[in-house]
Amino acid sequence: MKKEDVPQQGDLNAGHSEVNYAVDRDGQYTLESSVGWEAKNIALRQAWEAIVDQLREVIAEIKAGQKSALAYHMVKSQMDPGLLAQYSGIARWRVKRHLKPVVFAKLDTTALTTYAELFNTSIEKLRMVPDEPDLSLAELDQTESNHS
Amino acid sequence: MKIDFHHRQFAHCESGVTANLLNHHGLPCSEALAFGIGGGLFFGYVPFIKLNFLPLTTFRTGPGSIFKKATRRLGIEIKKQKFSSPAAAERELDRLLEAGQPVGAQTGVFWLPFFPPAYRFHFNGHNLVIIGKEGNDYLISDPIFEETVRCPAEDLRKARFAKGALAPKGKIYTIEKMPDQFDLPLAVESGIREVCRVMLKTPVPLAGVRGIRLLAKQMVKWPAKLGEKKTILHLGHIIRMQEEIGTGGGGFRFIYAAFLQEAAGILQNDKLVDLSQHCTEIGDLWRDFALIASRVCRGRAAVQDSFEDLADLLRQCATQEEILFNNLQTAISR
Repeated sequence: MKKEDVPQQGDLNAGHSEVNYAVDRDGQYTLESSVGWEAKNIALRQAWEAIVDQLREVIAEIKAGQKSALAYHMVKSQMDPGLLAQYSGIARWRVKRHLKPVVFAKLDTTALTTYAELFNTSIEKLRMVPDEPDLSLAELDQTESNHS
Repeated sequence: MKIDFHHRQFAHCESGVTANLLNHHGLPCSEALAFGIGGGLFFGYVPFIKLNFLPLTTFRTGPGSIFKKATRRLGIEIKKQKFSSPAAAERELDRLLEAGQPVGAQTGVFWLPFFPPAYRFHFNGHNLVIIGKEGNDYLISDPIFEETVRCPAEDLRKARFAKGALAPKGKIYTIEKMPDQFDLPLAVESGIREVCRVMLKTPVPLAGVRGIRLLAKQMVKWPAKLGEKKTILHLGHIIRMQEEIGTGGGGFRFIYAAFLQEAAGILQNDKLVDLSQHCTEIGDLWRDFALIASRVCRGRAAVQDSFEDLADLLRQCATQEEILFNNLQTAISR
């Protein structure tokens, strides 16, 4: 890559710039700052859109009474029951049970506190599920800027 | 308390940490040199190991190996520690900082608050240097950031004890003793030899040049086998492994080209200048691959036709890398 070809296409980088390696006119390698590149912006957006899709599905399942609110927080933190079990120290078969609405509704405060602390939230908020995925990724909602 | 540590921003976390630590202990070292001596370049495609439900594709050697090999080849004594208790891990970290020792650490990315939110995934092979503590905050030199950053103790604790694949288990590492003299040419040659070996002579078809060919062969079957949606996710995953923060572009091929350029001077070997150029051209091929792949992902190119083109590009990468590493092997053999 030539120095003048180092892309400057920012998107989800939140002002962060990174180092690219490129050659200058004399063929010498230099470290160049880059705010991003279209190709990887697309790939990164796609990864987040997959998470948003998953969240929409899980919201629908919760509204239909098939899953508990815990499922939403789990998916939002990009976890599956196995990873959530490791983080919470609660056995996987129990985590899986807690994903059922009936079991979750009767859950004791100890387990609820463990989950709430892990997800940096309160027990009240743990029981709530938004209508639309709230990833607090403002940039994701914006359409891609004019670099296509 | 803050250790006087010269922070430099680099492309990749582990080679950046290695270079900054070596620099701190009196050996001026670029990131490319640390990467090359540590034999960081690789290719691996392991369809039966999944990462976020997608096949593992990697352009570098496993986490920890660049630091380990670079220091070993330079005759540097290091100390690595893992912990079962977060409290003990924090005590040892504080003790080392008090003693004025910058501490390398492996962490998960998901819990680090100074990362842009969109970059926070469950990836546990991240490396950084802890260089001080003020109140409840640790001061951190993370080589992929422009400046040093702060991180509350609770968050760093979570990051050091992140769970899942590559769980760091509180891993920290320090440089204990530098040798009186370095044999830089020997270390450089040894690093080059290793990369030539893994790229050309792996016993399994998943690694090196054979791994690239395997990916090319399997990829053309994706649209029929996986359906369009999953195919696109698979493709996006490769782009991210190749280009996401940390590779310096072109799946580390540009960093390696920079290393070969530097190695030409260290080994007084002009052949490496040409090989560095060849490596740059290969990096450009990988960039072409990522660009076309991203257009497929975005639905701007027909899927099946593009997959034939993409597989062709990969085969070109494989052919060119085979030539490069064969020539490299010849160039350094005496």
